[in-house]
Amino acid sequence: MTKQITVPFGPQHPVLPEPLHLDLVLEDELVVDVIPTIGYVHRGLEKLVEKREFTEYVFIAERICGICSFIHAQTYVQGVEAIMGLDVPERAQYLRTIWGEYSRLHSHLLWLGLFADSMGFESVFMNAWRLREHILDDLEATTGGRVIHGVCKVGGVKRDITPEKLDEMLKGLKGMEHELQDLTNVFLHDSSLQHRLKGVGVLNKEDAYALGAVGPSARGSGLKIDIRETGYAALGKINFRPVVEHSGDSYARCAVRAKEMFTSIDIIEQCIKKIPDGPVDMKVTGAPDGEFLSRTEQPRGEVVHYIKGNGKKNLVRHRVRTPTFTNIPPLVKILKGCQLADVPVIVLSIDPCIGCAER
Amino acid sequence: MATQTITPISVGDVVAKAEEAKKSGHRLVQVGCTKIGDDFEILYVYDKDYALLSYRITVKADTIIPSITGVYWGAFVYENEIHDLYGLTVTGINIDFKGTFYKTAIKHPFSVTVTKEGDA
Repeated sequence: MTKQITVPFGPQHPVLPEPLHLDLVLEDELVVDVIPTIGYVHRGLEKLVEKREFTEYVFIAERICGICSFIHAQTYVQGVEAIMGLDVPERAQYLRTIWGEYSRLHSHLLWLGLFADSMGFESVFMNAWRLREHILDDLEATTGGRVIHGVCKVGGVKRDITPEKLDEMLKGLKGMEHELQDLTNVFLHDSSLQHRLKGVGVLNKEDAYALGAVGPSARGSGLKIDIRETGYAALGKINFRPVVEHSGDSYARCAVRAKEMFTSIDIIEQCIKKIPDGPVDMKVTGAPDGEFLSRTEQPRGEVVHYIKGNGKKNLVRHRVRTPTFTNIPPLVKILKGCQLADVPVIVLSIDPCIGCAER
Repeated sequence: MATQTITPISVGDVVAKAEEAKKSGHRLVQVGCTKIGDDFEILYVYDKDYALLSYRITVKADTIIPSITGVYWGAFVYENEIHDLYGLTVTGINIDFKGTFYKTAIKHPFSVTVTKEGDA
């Protein structure tokens, strides 16, 4: 029998922007078992519902993650609004959808750059982050912040976008689409990249479902799970089809993210064409009394905010299940049987966000 | 809006309901805990075609909770979290970190309710 050795991977590793630790049990170069450890950046943010009023807490919810910040705030306020039975103005719903898709674009471009950099593909890294700057510029111009936006509030949004700015944003995105097409073509058709990713870290459809995979990690395995299909915010009035790939390998997960950036641009375009005039917020009185499981589709997949109130200004519970948290068991599964040298790219292929996972 | 139903069940039914959910094609969405007074509510949430099916158990701090990792292998992340943050005991977890999943300065921080001054 080959002697087994345990090799620690992380929490500090060149490909990991955030701390995740994996104990890799090896037989020669083959990974035969994996024990994951998180907990290095657990902040206990959910506990703050006991100290912040439900209207103030949206700022805490937004700070769960620096990448999906807007969507965390959106998911939280949607949950509170569902409990309180608030009929949020339609224009606010469209604006939330636009900013949500902008967040997906900036997250996927961030991932594309980091992933390319991890493989030494520096030109893709630089161009992905160059394009991401345009997205961040629009987010900053319309919300006031590049990373933390602070525009979502219970009952609507705090800022409107002028028709002129919406036109400018659409022109910018259409102009960027061509460059994005070139970039993703180079990335997905590169022979070295295909050799490195195809058939590596395979998660089949049955395992993906049984292990609770979400987002591009699920859709890369042929599962059509995309919470945007439930029609939250303005998505019920928008036509789109989730991007699904079927090979279940690292390449499929990358291809899903690369292709769904164009879906996001299409959704934003539809929103800009359909957005109605009207108010962007409403007066909110009272406090939430009840419970609700609020779900949205973050760049990494389904996020769940469980919100429970008892009619007082402080919530009883806010519990967040992030996509990376539920993608850990599938990651453990796909790492078993891979080569040690493939571990970094497989880990990055699920686009882990540890700060998000640990809250 | 997708449907949501929450059904109270007893601790003894947790595994049977998990098996039932898996048999009917549901995926595990999350397991979460909430402290209500001296009790703890644990919510098991499953999804099929975007409709949520949720079961709730209400337990005391010393209740032994059976693991559902024999049915849903990936549930170990939720069950270890409940142990580490709330101090509840879950038996039979497939990957049991024995209290080291989260590294917190305060042991079982979510088992204590903080009340803001003036709100009491």
